[in-house]
Amino acid sequence: METVESASLVEDVKMADLTIEAGAARPHDHPVAVETRDLAVYYGAFRAVKDINVACVTNMITALIGPSGCGKSTVLRSFNRMNDLIPGARVEGEVRLDGINIYGPAVDPVEVRRRVGMVFQKPNPFPKSIFENVAWGARVNGFKGNLNELVEGALRQAALWDEVKDKLRESGYSLSGGQQQRLCIARAIALKPEVVLMDEPTSALDPVATLRIEELIGELKERYTIVIVTHNMQQAARASDFTAFLNMDEDRAGYLVEYGPTEAIFTKPRQQTTEDYITGRFG
Amino acid sequence: MSPAEAAVVREAVGNRFPEGDEAIRHGRRRQRRGTTYRVAFLAALALAVLALLTLLFTVVNQSFGLVAIEETIPRDDLVAELGLPAGTDLASVEINGLVAILQNRLSRNAGRRLERDQRFFADRLVFEPADSWAEVCARQEPEPGCTLPARDQANVYQLVLEKVVEPDIVASWSLTSSLVDRTAIEAEIEEEFPDAVVDFRSWVSPSFIRSPQHPDPELAGIRTAILGSLWVLALAILAAFPIGVAAAVYLEEYASDNWISRLIRTNINNLAGVPSIIYGMLGLAIFVRALESITSGSALGAGNDGGVANGRTILSASLTLALLVLPVVIISSQEAIRAVPQSFRRAGLALGATKWQTIRAHVLPNATPGILTGTILAMARAFGETAPLVVVGASTFITVDPDGPFSKFTALPIQIFQWTSRPQEEFQHLAAAAILVLLVLLLTLNATAILLRNRFQRSY
Repeated sequence: METVESASLVEDVKMADLTIEAGAARPHDHPVAVETRDLAVYYGAFRAVKDINVACVTNMITALIGPSGCGKSTVLRSFNRMNDLIPGARVEGEVRLDGINIYGPAVDPVEVRRRVGMVFQKPNPFPKSIFENVAWGARVNGFKGNLNELVEGALRQAALWDEVKDKLRESGYSLSGGQQQRLCIARAIALKPEVVLMDEPTSALDPVATLRIEELIGELKERYTIVIVTHNMQQAARASDFTAFLNMDEDRAGYLVEYGPTEAIFTKPRQQTTEDYITGRFG
Repeated sequence: MSPAEAAVVREAVGNRFPEGDEAIRHGRRRQRRGTTYRVAFLAALALAVLALLTLLFTVVNQSFGLVAIEETIPRDDLVAELGLPAGTDLASVEINGLVAILQNRLSRNAGRRLERDQRFFADRLVFEPADSWAEVCARQEPEPGCTLPARDQANVYQLVLEKVVEPDIVASWSLTSSLVDRTAIEAEIEEEFPDAVVDFRSWVSPSFIRSPQHPDPELAGIRTAILGSLWVLALAILAAFPIGVAAAVYLEEYASDNWISRLIRTNINNLAGVPSIIYGMLGLAIFVRALESITSGSALGAGNDGGVANGRTILSASLTLALLVLPVVIISSQEAIRAVPQSFRRAGLALGATKWQTIRAHVLPNATPGILTGTILAMARAFGETAPLVVVGASTFITVDPDGPFSKFTALPIQIFQWTSRPQEEFQHLAAAAILVLLVLLLTLNATAILLRNRFQRSY
């Protein structure tokens, strides 16, 4: 066990708070919303990722970066059991949400997904009205309160309310790409999740829309713990508090190279591979 | 680099592409080949259109044309007898006059039979003396005329035609010859049938559609056949649609991809190609024979003509057709369900919805246009199906309307098939007219499919 002593600050988290364990880090004294323990995911016989130990701090943004095919999205999907939907997918190790292993035998994936929301790479609103897009998730989850308030609140949090308040009955597809993605974010946070997963949420958007989403993510962390997969290293550097760098080994299985406060990863990476990647030598 | 130098460089690296005139020739050659294919495709299309037009022409050609009608007692004579001005149309004569004709021309017994079937006037009797009428109506099984409402003018007019005028078509011509050789035909009629009236007839007519089957081609219609077809079709879809869609949902959304489900999928595709007569045999064995007590309605207490229909009922036929179209419904529903973007399912599930909630709210609504289109096309197929109905035992001659799933029945294609096999020329015209009606009904079904698809179409 080794303690890193450099004094780089991210928000109020000090590097000193991190306990480094076999390339993985665990921020001490900070509440952890969701964490993985020796996570490995298999697709049939193929091991997609192995030995993933990442703890995502509550109300912080954790970015997963790494070259294509290294398993970032696989790790992300294991946080809300979306991997269950892929035929042949199998998970080893644990993913703990509030300390409870979500792969435990008594856990219903449907409940996990209500508590861990997800935003996808391509905006995918339902072909329904804007209102219905946000209200549907609440309704199927047995929401008993005032739907109008819920929808308005979610759209406000997603910084979309002013743009759509006069056309809530129109199709979600009448919106621009960036608005659609914010609608998807509103849809996810309407369920009051604890964690919001974002799988390259801006990769299908233009730079202006991307910036708005990044700002929005920064605002959302006050209420939610956010885990974001991104291909864009500037985005990770700009928008995240913690960064986990994943790489592939010779068997094409993804593993965690380094995890720590974003600033530390981008300024003083401890591993040569990390430095090579963030300076653009590969990936 | 000068062009000369460039040529040298090209030479050095080995230029294998055509240059100059050769390039132009080569280009033209390629374009010509493209044109040849284009012409071939156009020819194929023209051939297909020609075939369809020929089919349509044959049907239409037979459905309209001149006829020579000989009447046992000409209408004009009847009109004259009533003292009406010459040229009055018999069809417009009021009911009192028509009944008077019947009174003049029919024997008393024939008239009584007609009256006992249905009386002529609500307030008075024509053929039957009042006392014997009372006696007839007091019987254990009174005549239908005792309870039915009185006949209307159209009904009596039909009776006059049927019993008195007795028009008989002695010769008929197709539409083309009627249009081209009209004078020659009229001369021929003048010579061969001096008493006959020449008339241009549309074999498709309201009375043709409204009348039940009849041995006399003048009076025969397709009412029973249309009703039979609609009954069979409706029940078949009622059975095939829910089962087919449910099976498709299971196969697409729930079944895991293992050898059993692959085997089932492959076999459903194969079943869609099985000849329909095989389904007819299956229907005969299962629904008509093995399940006779159910399909004949006797198990449910429904009487059917003292067991004459046995298992050969509308129910048997529709279940057979349901089996026939089930694979088509399943396959088209599967395709429609598969076409719903995966992102909707993921989005639904990621919001903490259960699988069924996601299917119900997002998959099925978006698959609806495709499912409906496929189902209606399957209906169209079932509508034109003949072979299985023959095997299952559709009746060929039925004059009473089918009144429920346990009735004997006939269907349009069966009726057409039966008429085309008759020697009399008139029945050929009737068959053509029935084909026209069938085509119109099929077009209506397909148009409904397109409308429904457009109605439910979503863009995403």
